[in-house]
Amino acid sequence: MDNNLKEQILRSSGVNVLKCMRCGKCSGTCPSYDEMEYHPHQFVYMVEKGDIQKLMESESIYKCLTCFACVERCPRNVEPAKVVEAVRLAAIRQQGNNHLTPVQIPGMLDEDLPQQAIVTAFRKYTK
Amino acid sequence: MEQSVTYTYYPGCTLRTKARDLDEYTRSSAAALGIALVEPDEWQCCGGAYTTARDELATKLSAVRTLNAAKERGNALVTVCYACHNVIKQTNYDISHDEDMAAKINNYMKLAQPYTGETTVYHYLELLRDVVGFDELKKAVKNPFKGKKIAAYYGCLLLRPGKKLAMDDPENPSIMEDFIRAVGGTPVIYSQRNECCGGYITMEDKAQAAKRSGAVMSSAKDMGADMMITACPLCLYNLKKNSGSDLPVYYFTELLAEALGLKDVPETAPEGKDEANG
Repeated sequence: MDNNLKEQILRSSGVNVLKCMRCGKCSGTCPSYDEMEYHPHQFVYMVEKGDIQKLMESESIYKCLTCFACVERCPRNVEPAKVVEAVRLAAIRQQGNNHLTPVQIPGMLDEDLPQQAIVTAFRKYTK
Repeated sequence: MEQSVTYTYYPGCTLRTKARDLDEYTRSSAAALGIALVEPDEWQCCGGAYTTARDELATKLSAVRTLNAAKERGNALVTVCYACHNVIKQTNYDISHDEDMAAKINNYMKLAQPYTGETTVYHYLELLRDVVGFDELKKAVKNPFKGKKIAAYYGCLLLRPGKKLAMDDPENPSIMEDFIRAVGGTPVIYSQRNECCGGYITMEDKAQAAKRSGAVMSSAKDMGADMMITACPLCLYNLKKNSGSDLPVYYFTELLAEALGLKDVPETAPEGKDEANG
C-alpha cells in the first residue's frame, strides 16, 4: 500500500529523493519552519523510506507557502516543495478530504482581502 | 522610443477588483511610454498558484489559454501581478520542455494549432528594462522621487524558480532597484527582499502571516526605507494589513505613473486605498 503511495508521490512530484544529501538547507531557509511538524528535508527522506501516511495526516502539508525558497536554494536540485505538494495532493484528492470548503470563506473575508488569496488557497487546499 | 508596440496584456482576477490601482497605473504608464496593452477577449483567472505536480493538468489550462491567445495575435504577453506572472511563465516553461504534458493538454484543448510554448512572456518590469530601457524611462520622468529611500519587495513569486522565470538573479536581483533609480529614488537593500510575505496563509493562520510580513517590513525599515514597492496584491495586503508596520507600501506602477506626471497628486500622495468593488 505504502509502496504504491510512494510510487505515486515520486511520479507526481517528479523528484528524485535519492539525490538528497541531508544538508538541511531547505528546512533552514523555509519561512514556515516553526509552524511545521515535519520539515522539508523530512518530507524528502520520509518519502524515500515510504513513511508517507504520517505526512499526509500532518498539518505540515498546509503550512508550505509554495514560495520556492527550498527549490531555489537546494544545492542538489532536489526541489522539496514538489514533494510537499505531491503529498498534499495525495491527501486532498481523497473523497471528503478537502482542507478548505466554500462555506468557510465568508468568515474569512475582510474588505481588503484580494481575490488572489481565495483562489490560491482553494488551489492549494481543495480538489 | 520607437512607435507604439502592441502586447497582449493579462491583468488577472485581482487587478479588476481589489487592485484596480495596479491595473490603471500599468495601463496609463504603458500608454505614456508608447506601449499598447490589449487584453485577450475572454481571459480566465490563472488560479493564483502554479501546481508543480506532473499529474495536474486541468489546473494549467487557463494559463495555456492565455498564452495561446497571445500566440494567435502574434504578440508577446505581458503580466504584472507576481502570481499571474509566476503561473503563466512556469506553465509556458513546462509545456515547452515536457512533451508528455504538452501532448495531453493539446489533445484536450483541440486548438487550431497545438500550443507548445511559442509565446514570449514579460513581466511589466522586464518590459520596462528590456524593451523601453531604464535609461529611456529615466528621460521620460517628470517628477523624480529625489531623496526617497525605496525598498523593493520581490517576495517569492517574481523570481523563483529562477530557471523557469529567467528574469533576474533570484538570490541577488537588481531589476526593481534599477527601476527605483530610473524614477529618481534611492534603492534600499534589505535581507528579506526576496523572502515570502506569508501569501495565502493569511486565510487560515493570521499569526504566521503577521510573522512573515512583519519580518519583511522591519528588515526594510531597519535599513532606512521610507516606503516599499511591490506588484503583488497579496503581498500588498499582507504587508499593509498583517505586518503591524507603518511603513507605506505602494504598487510600483503607482510610483511609475507619478514619476511620469500621470497623477495629479503631489509627491506625498495619500494612501492608494483600493476600491472594495467586487
